[in-house]
Amino acid sequence: MSSLGDVAVSAARTIPPVPRARAVQGGVFKFGLFLCLAFGVVALGTLLVDIVQTGLPRLNAQLFENFPSPSPRRAGAQSAIVGTLWVIALTALFTVPLGVATAIYLEEYADERRWYNRLLAANIQNLAAVPSIIYGILALGFLVRGIGLGPTVLAGALALTLLVLPIVILASREALRTVPRGIRQGAFALGATQWQVVSRQVLPAAIPGIATGTILALSRAIGEAAPLLLVSGITFITFNPTGLGSSFTVLPLQIYNWVTRPQAEFGVLAAAAIMVLLGILLVLNSAAIALRNRFQKRW
Amino acid sequence: MRKPSGGRSDVAELQVPDDSELMPRPQVREDLDPSRAQPVIQLGDLAVSYSGKLAVEDVNLDFGYREITALIGPSGCGKSTVLRCLNRMNDLVLGAEVSGRVTYHGQDIYAPEVDVIELRRRVGMVFQKPNPFPKSIYDNIAFGPRVMGRKQDLDDTVEEALTKAALWDEVKSKLKQSAFALSGGQQQRLCIARAIAVQPEVILMDEPCSSLDPIATAKIEDLMQDLKREFSIVIVTHNMQQAARVSDRTAFFTATVRDDGQRVGELVEFDTTPRIFSNPKESRTEGYITGRFG
Repeated sequence: MSSLGDVAVSAARTIPPVPRARAVQGGVFKFGLFLCLAFGVVALGTLLVDIVQTGLPRLNAQLFENFPSPSPRRAGAQSAIVGTLWVIALTALFTVPLGVATAIYLEEYADERRWYNRLLAANIQNLAAVPSIIYGILALGFLVRGIGLGPTVLAGALALTLLVLPIVILASREALRTVPRGIRQGAFALGATQWQVVSRQVLPAAIPGIATGTILALSRAIGEAAPLLLVSGITFITFNPTGLGSSFTVLPLQIYNWVTRPQAEFGVLAAAAIMVLLGILLVLNSAAIALRNRFQKRW
Repeated sequence: MRKPSGGRSDVAELQVPDDSELMPRPQVREDLDPSRAQPVIQLGDLAVSYSGKLAVEDVNLDFGYREITALIGPSGCGKSTVLRCLNRMNDLVLGAEVSGRVTYHGQDIYAPEVDVIELRRRVGMVFQKPNPFPKSIYDNIAFGPRVMGRKQDLDDTVEEALTKAALWDEVKSKLKQSAFALSGGQQQRLCIARAIAVQPEVILMDEPCSSLDPIATAKIEDLMQDLKREFSIVIVTHNMQQAARVSDRTAFFTATVRDDGQRVGELVEFDTTPRIFSNPKESRTEGYITGRFG
């Protein structure tokens, strides 16, 4: 013991290097995480490269100017592009006020001890997990046939509204919940009414979160084919929608239609249309991010 | 604008000696006997329970006009709960039930016809953690007047409130900047200024210095002495030195464990601060302030 004393002291004073086992363990873990990331990125990248390679020749003015046609050389996607913009704009118009208002009720007004409020909240959670085709069937049975809206832009937008409303409500609730309690209490303590607390403090503070959730939900809606396939039915529409009562098609339906055609040229068209769809998504998302950042800076 | 207390303030002012404001700290105000003070708020047999569980009971207290009353005691003794009854902030807590009497200038504030919005404008509050709104310094102060519907002369109100909160000189060049850019102590003074801007009569402070460093704490304590000229203040603090330094009267709370295992807070002793700290009547008070328990 005593003969080892000096060695022990000097050893204790130098900080030892990282043990090999720990270094390996850390490295392996980090590499594993990187692999997980790479899996998604590579898969997406491959798809993207494939689509761009296939579709680029047809990403021309014709695609935007022409309507669908039995001849692949003359076919374009204008009616689908305009239809997508119509449907998604209407969906946003319906979803945002309804979703945010519902979230405000559940978060700020509802008494959680009441069974009906708990039932509502639980049901909304479940609705968010319902497959989109179910909403399509509901829209077909109730909106298109039941109340006789027909296969119109309005019916399509309402179908998508049903689909994304639960997601918007959940995201908005989450955003409202992240607003610190201190802000509410501070406002109440100054003699603000419940409505003033919500409209002047809580909602403005939650807008970035609400915007993000809404945009993600709308992005999902823009790519949905299943519910609209049931509502719209036909995918050969050679005119732009002119109002709520017009027949319509949207990009996912047009893409689906083209992909199922035997001619190879239609496959190329489909790839080009996918690029347009991606482009619309990208524009919407960046606009939303820009908007969100602006709101945050105003503080 | 509205005078906080109308005719009553004239009467009360006569009873508060002028020289009291000039007295050095620690305050020695033996001249103020509980029986002589003009109470702003009175509690009679106050009891509060949360979801059926009793939190505090048998509280009888008078909060004097333009005095600083400190509520002290160990954690869980109900002092913050009592404070939150004074502007009915407990209304916001699900399951909170208040019984007994809370009167503001003799009026029962829990009476059904009382407008709680108006009550909170007269009895303002500053919270434990500085909670500025995510807005500019200016908009933080202007929020209270704005929700009252005021649109004019907001600049003057903001300057006056910030001046009274001893913050004007530090922020006058950056009123449009975010309140989050301020230090913790400045944020807390901003919250005090925000409360002042609605011209309350009483300011409740719930451990206002617990998240601040000693220098920021000293500033707030100095500020309280200035504010006392205009406002009645009730402060909850777990810092006994702070209570001794700033307050005119001190109420000592403690929690006792009942036979059924429930912890219930109660008021042990209420007296002028010098007496509580130098000559308490109750042995439990003495034990707490000398550090034997709590």
